[in-house]
Amino acid sequence: MPFGNTHNALKMKYASSEEYPDLSQHNNHMAKILTPAIYERLRSKQTPSGFTLDDVIQTGIDNPGHPFIMTVGCVAGDEETYEVFKELLDPIIEDRHGGYKPTDKHKTDLNPNNLKGGDDLDPNYVLSSRVRTGRSIRGFCLPPHCSRGERRGVEKMSVEALDSLSGDLKGKYYALKNMTDAEQQQLIDDHFLFDKPVSPLLLASGMARDWPDGRGIWHNDTKTFLVWVNEEDHLRVISMQKGGNMKEVFNRFCTGLTKIETLFKDKGTSFMWNEHLGYVLTCPSNLGTGLRAGVHVKIPNMSKHAKFEEVLKRLRLQKRGTGGVDTAAVGGTFDISNADRLGFSEVELVQMVVDGVKLLVDMEKKLEKGQSIDNIMPAQK
Amino acid sequence: IHFCPHDLMYPDSADYPDLRKHNNCMASHLTPAIYAKLVDKATPNGYTLDQAIQTGVDNPGHPFIKTVGMVAGDEESYEVFADLLDPVIKERHNGYDPQTMTHPTDLDSSKLKSGKFDERYVLSSRVRTGRSIRGLSLPPACTRAERREVEKVVVDALAGLKGDLAGTYYSLTHMTDQEQQQLIDDHFLFDKPVSPLLTCSGMARDWPDARGIWHNNTKTFLIWINEEDHTRVISMEKGGNMKRVFDRFCTGLKEVERLIQEKGWEFMWNERLGYILTCPSNLGTGLRAGVHVNLPKLSKDPRFTKILDNLRLQKRGTGGVDTAAVGSTFDISNLDRLGQSEVQLVQTVVDGVNYLIECEKKLEKGQDIKIPPPVRK
Repeated sequence: MPFGNTHNALKMKYASSEEYPDLSQHNNHMAKILTPAIYERLRSKQTPSGFTLDDVIQTGIDNPGHPFIMTVGCVAGDEETYEVFKELLDPIIEDRHGGYKPTDKHKTDLNPNNLKGGDDLDPNYVLSSRVRTGRSIRGFCLPPHCSRGERRGVEKMSVEALDSLSGDLKGKYYALKNMTDAEQQQLIDDHFLFDKPVSPLLLASGMARDWPDGRGIWHNDTKTFLVWVNEEDHLRVISMQKGGNMKEVFNRFCTGLTKIETLFKDKGTSFMWNEHLGYVLTCPSNLGTGLRAGVHVKIPNMSKHAKFEEVLKRLRLQKRGTGGVDTAAVGGTFDISNADRLGFSEVELVQMVVDGVKLLVDMEKKLEKGQSIDNIMPAQK
Repeated sequence: IHFCPHDLMYPDSADYPDLRKHNNCMASHLTPAIYAKLVDKATPNGYTLDQAIQTGVDNPGHPFIKTVGMVAGDEESYEVFADLLDPVIKERHNGYDPQTMTHPTDLDSSKLKSGKFDERYVLSSRVRTGRSIRGLSLPPACTRAERREVEKVVVDALAGLKGDLAGTYYSLTHMTDQEQQQLIDDHFLFDKPVSPLLTCSGMARDWPDARGIWHNNTKTFLIWINEEDHTRVISMEKGGNMKRVFDRFCTGLKEVERLIQEKGWEFMWNERLGYILTCPSNLGTGLRAGVHVNLPKLSKDPRFTKILDNLRLQKRGTGGVDTAAVGSTFDISNLDRLGQSEVQLVQTVVDGVNYLIECEKKLEKGQDIKIPPPVRK
């Protein structure tokens, strides 16, 4: 699956050099790391479920580059991809995740009590707070490679688990293919509805096959905890609310995730996780915590300041437009989130966002008053 | 805790696609029983049923036409998946039964009668088809090395064409900005497909590697390499001389075939299905012969559609299959591909377009027109 790359036996008739992709116009992590020698060593391999090297790299061949960000250019089709194609993926992971070595261990910490502060980001500046991550269900292939039966299996198991949540986490599942017009409109108005991906980065990996079969959205009644089923990952888990109380958002995030994980364990499986890579997801960029904690924050003065990029870099933060990864900012309101995913725990990353955003708001306030920010420049984290 | 390998885990019914909202030929014929029978099979190259039907699962329907909803990954797909492809072919090709019928091939253009149209009405004439190189997988399934081999085999052969067929190859990867602009101005350049009907089948992988355009110096014979098929072959001119267009088409095709045979290659062809191409809709002749013709009065007549149907003709906008007509200029071409020879189909277009022009002339003079009887299928 999906596009004929899995008939690996046929390809072995040709010399490796005849099959090697033309990456001369390319600028992504895969194109930087892949060499003819690596290709030759890995091309005869496949994971137990049949995912091959060409399956891993097809999206990077088909998408030479992206205007705003350096893309990864490869995906995993199952948990074993990261083992079988280690020789390619370890250097990509190292390049993408700030020097993370094949021997490094990743810390998981989902204890929200370890977060200091975070409940008092100024709501005059911080419009909304959000934490998201992904989870994969062990034993099932990932979206680029899964069969329809597996995808439906992921959906069934996930919905059963989510249906047993209670209290403020109690909610409802909306399957994409069964929702009524009224439900669809409500989900659009709430900005919850996800569409069939249009980005060629995603389409080229095969994760949009059979749309909308097996896909859906679950959210709690208060609309502060949201789960996407079978979009780019098995599960994307999102906790969010208006305003600046990141602590509450993170509490709910950790509580919800821990409860869901327990429910899966009761069913005899678990999330894909290991000591080295943390939580295993489709895109190598989301390994480790898979966590992006961010705010929409109004910083019109700060964002025009000559040192803005430098400040973000030192704080280990990243800016995006408020429409998400492929957009530019509108009117001085930015999406500010952690740049890292792997090598730091969840608590550490959210702490960086809380502390960093607090500082950015303080800087904004100073600039509003015509004061300098030079004396509160942060050190490199 | 680990589960069993995924292909052992799920019964076929768990993998059967949800086709309740679908309207394409594949969805009309893929029963759970046929799915269960074919799902574990693969062609010798490893191409599977799920791969063949993916485009039809991902694309429920098209506003203007009932799409086929599946593709072939190689020549053997048409045998291994015959239980599904044969009924699809029968529906798409107006009852042609691959299990009992044979397809006639006839590229003797001297048999064409009166192929010169009135140029006050016919603006341009064109014949296209496709050809696949036997032994190499088709665009949905081919490896990069196979695709590059197709390019090499075909470009080598085209380099042997002489006289008014002599021409030049422009590789999509290597063309200069100037060459690209010229090809755009000539309306020859093809782009990476955007239609999900095509991209969902995997034929756009590795773009633009091994894709290119060849044309002769007079720009009347054009070949696309590794777009939707191994090759698409097009003969065209401004004006109404369909006979000359068809002459060049046949001569060119036969010459290219001779040149590849010299090197030990041949086209995919068999008696049952004629020329083998990626999409089942293009089997047989793979031929679409058409004109851009101005029919301001006839196109507004309520009998226009019925007249076209009876003449076994199809109308499209002048932008091609996914467009609507602009003004009163239509692209009129043969409906059929399989079960009739090339000569027969081009004759159908010649006779049909002449009839349409006669109708237009009558309407201009205020005379009445008749719906013709259905031509022999």
